[in-house]
Amino acid sequence: MFSKEKFQDFLAKLNTGYTPYVLILVHIMIGAIWVYSSPRSNVAFVVFISSLLTLYGLNTNKIFKLSAGLILALVVMPVLGVRNIFYLEIMFQISVFAALSLGLNIVIGFAGLLDLGYVAFYAVGAYLWGFFGSQQFYAIPYAPGIQPSDLPFLLPGDMFYLFIFIAIIVAALTGILLGLPVLRLRGDYLAIVTLGFGEVIRVLANNLDKPWNLTNGPQGITPVQRPTMPQFAVDGFNNFFGGIIGHTVSKADVYNVFFYLLALLVIVTIIQVVSRLNDSKIGRAWTAIREDETAAIAMGIPLVQMKLAAFATGASFAGAMGVLMAASRTFVSPESFSFMQSIGVLTMVILGGTGSIPGVILGAATVTVLNLQILQGFSLYLSQLRQSDAVIPIINFAWKNLSTQLDPAKYQRLLFGAILILMMIFRPAGLIPAARRQRELAADDEE
Amino acid sequence: MKRFSETINVRELLRPIGQMIAFSLGGGAVLSLVVVLLALLLDQTAVGQNLQARYSVSLVTYTLANLPQVLIDGLTIGFVYAAIALGYTMVYGVLEFINFAHSEIFAVGAFVGVEILIALKNAGILSAASLGVAYLILLLALLAGMTASGFLAVAVERIAYRPLRGAPRLVPLISAIGVSFFLQDIIRLVESLTTGQFNRIIPTFGNFDERLIFGQLPLGATTVVLGVQIKSLIVILVAVIMLVGLNYLVNATKIGKAIRAVAQDRPTASLMGIDVNRIISITFLIGGTLGGAAGVLYALKFTRIDPFVGFFPGLKAFTAAVLGGIGNLTGALLGGIVLGLLETFAGAFMSAFTMGAAGAEYKDIFAFGILILVLIFRPNGLMGENVSQKA
Repeated sequence: MFSKEKFQDFLAKLNTGYTPYVLILVHIMIGAIWVYSSPRSNVAFVVFISSLLTLYGLNTNKIFKLSAGLILALVVMPVLGVRNIFYLEIMFQISVFAALSLGLNIVIGFAGLLDLGYVAFYAVGAYLWGFFGSQQFYAIPYAPGIQPSDLPFLLPGDMFYLFIFIAIIVAALTGILLGLPVLRLRGDYLAIVTLGFGEVIRVLANNLDKPWNLTNGPQGITPVQRPTMPQFAVDGFNNFFGGIIGHTVSKADVYNVFFYLLALLVIVTIIQVVSRLNDSKIGRAWTAIREDETAAIAMGIPLVQMKLAAFATGASFAGAMGVLMAASRTFVSPESFSFMQSIGVLTMVILGGTGSIPGVILGAATVTVLNLQILQGFSLYLSQLRQSDAVIPIINFAWKNLSTQLDPAKYQRLLFGAILILMMIFRPAGLIPAARRQRELAADDEE
Repeated sequence: MKRFSETINVRELLRPIGQMIAFSLGGGAVLSLVVVLLALLLDQTAVGQNLQARYSVSLVTYTLANLPQVLIDGLTIGFVYAAIALGYTMVYGVLEFINFAHSEIFAVGAFVGVEILIALKNAGILSAASLGVAYLILLLALLAGMTASGFLAVAVERIAYRPLRGAPRLVPLISAIGVSFFLQDIIRLVESLTTGQFNRIIPTFGNFDERLIFGQLPLGATTVVLGVQIKSLIVILVAVIMLVGLNYLVNATKIGKAIRAVAQDRPTASLMGIDVNRIISITFLIGGTLGGAAGVLYALKFTRIDPFVGFFPGLKAFTAAVLGGIGNLTGALLGGIVLGLLETFAGAFMSAFTMGAAGAEYKDIFAFGILILVLIFRPNGLMGENVSQKA
């Protein structure tokens, strides 16, 4: 006990006066310099990205927090990312998944509805822009693989911006259509039905290449247009940051930065919407439904409408992200919308803490880094071992003989499954529990 | 008064057999009738002409020629679904919880059974086996798959579900999803460590792939061979024996009585001196055993298995359980048979009736359409009573 108290004292001391400011700045500096100097280091990236955590966790002035966060997200990360595309890709992925898990968090965390087919709405958005933003409309009469390559595009690329909003509406409508029949049911049925819906969307995307070729089947639609990027933006970026980056930035890289910033914009929008909703009548209704449906009905809350609202809000953000994803990858295919993706997003929400915005972002970052970096790092390491003459000491097993199927990068299910089980058993409220849950947990301790 | 175990309750043995025959014949007859009527109606329209143009066969002939095989296939897969669905429904009855990992328990059963057969094949026993021995070996594989799955189910309950009892409803469900994903990759890991790949193909042995021919039916220009693959018969037979056994266990023994009591009211059951934890473990054991057997049967019927093989059968079996009325054993039986038949009919005839626009590739999602329809119009299922939600 003694050492624990001392440790807490120490933590408290760290969290008062000017120390937290210094700590945060030092953390950011170390992370940034390390990432800047090392081309492909997972450790460096983890140190750097965890500076967001220090920024969130330590007790500082709100304006400082906000401005430091903004500079970090809007300037430092893009610059580091463009210097090294490897990092930009991770950051883009993190922001996409953070946006998706924030959207799913509305459904699971606020209204307490388990949606296992969340990527279906993502797919709706992606295929919406995939269809209208590509040559697919003119390719309808042709079977996949035999369409002429000189087909015109249906819409100009700049319609992308409009389609973000259209996708929000379409995905929300899809959510309402799906929700209407099933939201009257209990939560576990809803889970299975949404799972089924996710599969339906994937199978449709796979098979709607006949009788009319709407989705181009398993091959997917490509190329999907991007909005135009004016040359002066690229030049401006180069003039401004060229010195630090050290090489001229190509248009493709500026595009990546652009999509990363757009994803951030979606995240900020979700956070705004969610935190406002949370304090509104709707948010309170959601909380009531989550805690006790029967009591909520007794209090006069229109159950189905409120659930539909949660479902549609969550779906709409996924739709917007789908459009973004289709444009940034210039490619949509059914593979990206598998059940495992849904579970991946669910894992992020559960790991971070349902209903907790910082928690969910942390969850998204952690799972993405684990998934894209650590597992693939292991894979790389294993394949190096395989090529060497090394032998496992005690059991005398040569690494060379290890099956090539044993590729940790493919074992995402193991990772997701383990996280889900462990979190449910040991920390069901997540890494950063929501404020309400924190109060409840504190009350439990006092009893 | 006599004790339960002293007498054999013949009624409880005969009742499920009667039900199964009724469900199979009824479901098969209704669906055949619908398909034949549709065929008669559409024969002279564009649909019939399209088929005539493609395969130069009339729609009615096509339908009638395929019907016997479709019926047999539908029943075979229907009984497999019923065996899996019973695992879902039993656990749901006792714990009010969807055991999402049941599909992987099914897959483990399939893998254990097939691995034993492969080992026997490599040892040279399989090729040398006479017909009788082949059947014994199949029985051995079945029993091994059942044992492995049964104990796995119990272990999963101990580790991942029991600590969460009493938590909000979604908590054990999420844990179960985690277990399901975890087990899929564990199977894959184990299988790819031993050999370079994780798929397994059941070795051919015995006379399971042969067809029993009953006769031929002349039908216009073609003749329809009325026959059935021996392995289909085995699948149906084994499933029927298991289902009858389970029904007997639940409805006519002391353990079954305890299971029913726990399902009805857990606190009161424990006051009556029933060890609730033990009964829940037994429920998982029974459900897992059935799932494992279904896995081996599935492997026998479809020959190729991979670590993710449980996903679709598991989902469809769950649909079957809901269709029949979840928590209801007879309902699971009915749901499994009906779903198996419906799905096979859809897979076989949809392509012909939609002029090739939508075919068997939609077979896997057909079940979800049914699930959603059932949930809209009859959420308690075909045989479910109106049960209110337990607090």
